Amino acid sequence: MIDYEALLAQKPYGMTQPEKDAFYREAIEDLSKHHAANCTEYAKIYRQFGAGFALPVRLFKLKELKSVPADQVRRTMTSSGTSGQAVSRIFLDADTAARQTKVLSRIVGDFLGQGRRPMLILDSSAVLKNRTMFSARGAGILGFSIFGSGAKYALDENMELNVPLLEEFCRKNENTPVLLFGFTFMVWQHFILKLKEQGLHLKLNGVLIHGGGWKKLTELAVDNDTYKQEIREWTGIDTVLNYYGMVEQTGSIFMECPCGRLHASIFSDVDIIDPVTMEKKSSGRGLIRCTSLLPTSYPGHVLLTEDEGELTGIDDCPCGRKGKTFKIYGRLAGAEIRGCSDTYEKR
Amino acid sequence: MTNLEKYDNAFMEVLQLDASALNDELVYESVETWDSVGHMMLMAALEEAFDIMMETEDILVFESYPKGKEILSEKYDVAF
Repeated sequence: MIDYEALLAQKPYGMTQPEKDAFYREAIEDLSKHHAANCTEYAKIYRQFGAGFALPVRLFKLKELKSVPADQVRRTMTSSGTSGQAVSRIFLDADTAARQTKVLSRIVGDFLGQGRRPMLILDSSAVLKNRTMFSARGAGILGFSIFGSGAKYALDENMELNVPLLEEFCRKNENTPVLLFGFTFMVWQHFILKLKEQGLHLKLNGVLIHGGGWKKLTELAVDNDTYKQEIREWTGIDTVLNYYGMVEQTGSIFMECPCGRLHASIFSDVDIIDPVTMEKKSSGRGLIRCTSLLPTSYPGHVLLTEDEGELTGIDDCPCGRKGKTFKIYGRLAGAEIRGCSDTYEKR
Repeated sequence: MTNLEKYDNAFMEVLQLDASALNDELVYESVETWDSVGHMMLMAALEEAFDIMMETEDILVFESYPKGKEILSEKYDVAF
């Protein structure tokens, strides 16, 4: 099996693609064997299609896929689908959960450094109320909380701006770099638009990390550049880093570097698949296939997403990070409408 | 209040435990309240009690009642 301790000790973006390809061939073979031996549903797929076959993400809504006995499941994570939609259910044992946290820390640490910063969560404190069932939103907030200290929530329980708290936060951290975290659409809808509405300019410096998908913002014709510009104008924050990730592969997220490219770390990889032939493509748009070395308690190591993307380079990003880089165009037309962490329904 | 009292108070208040539960057997996820949410709340309470800011790595390896004391005394000059 994979030596996770050794992997965690390595630089998260230090492996060149040829090295990584060789390492992944063996690792995916091992992981596939492990899941085939411990998950009957996966074993059928493995027998028919072999190691590393990409499971469609929606399979996790239809089947209970786990590779550990039920009594070892510590936490079940769900994608927060809207009512009436089936949700994905991801089963985590202690090892997989701990690994996810450590890997997230290594990846984000590469961008933020080891020191923690005063943190403002651009969401409602109500999100973490139910502690047993974890939505993607709650897990995201909690996962990123390790990079902040004394985290404060910018929104009250009714998703309205907590203005006194924001003013206090700005006053206290006038000269300290801070960390803001939130979900792409909610940051826009419930934070930036509200600041605009109230004509409230915050004076902060530091980093905003956000993820969860652009689906709703694309509908509003807000692109990444506009987003960054508005964040800068209304909060003073000039480093805005987007990430791409999914509840089915929590931890091994793809972070956007300051050059604007999404990066695969040593803990995961990305390929572009032609939706018709199902072959790997070296250029042009296609479906994003994500490989993660993390899951051992459920067979989610190779997944075919419903998102469309394109590779932007291999081992050549000006930021110096090795491996593949890519960009996302959003959900592929015709793909099932799928709940993601930006699904917040207006009450 | 001594440092040990501050340390114990944070555990008792955040994790809703009696003093008798504070021993070497108290580890992450050994009690229902010390889950991942409880963990971040506990870290916040300790940082406030001792006026420190821990590194990310220390938050991750803080996995038991005794281990926490070790981290605080070795890296953050909190003497017990």
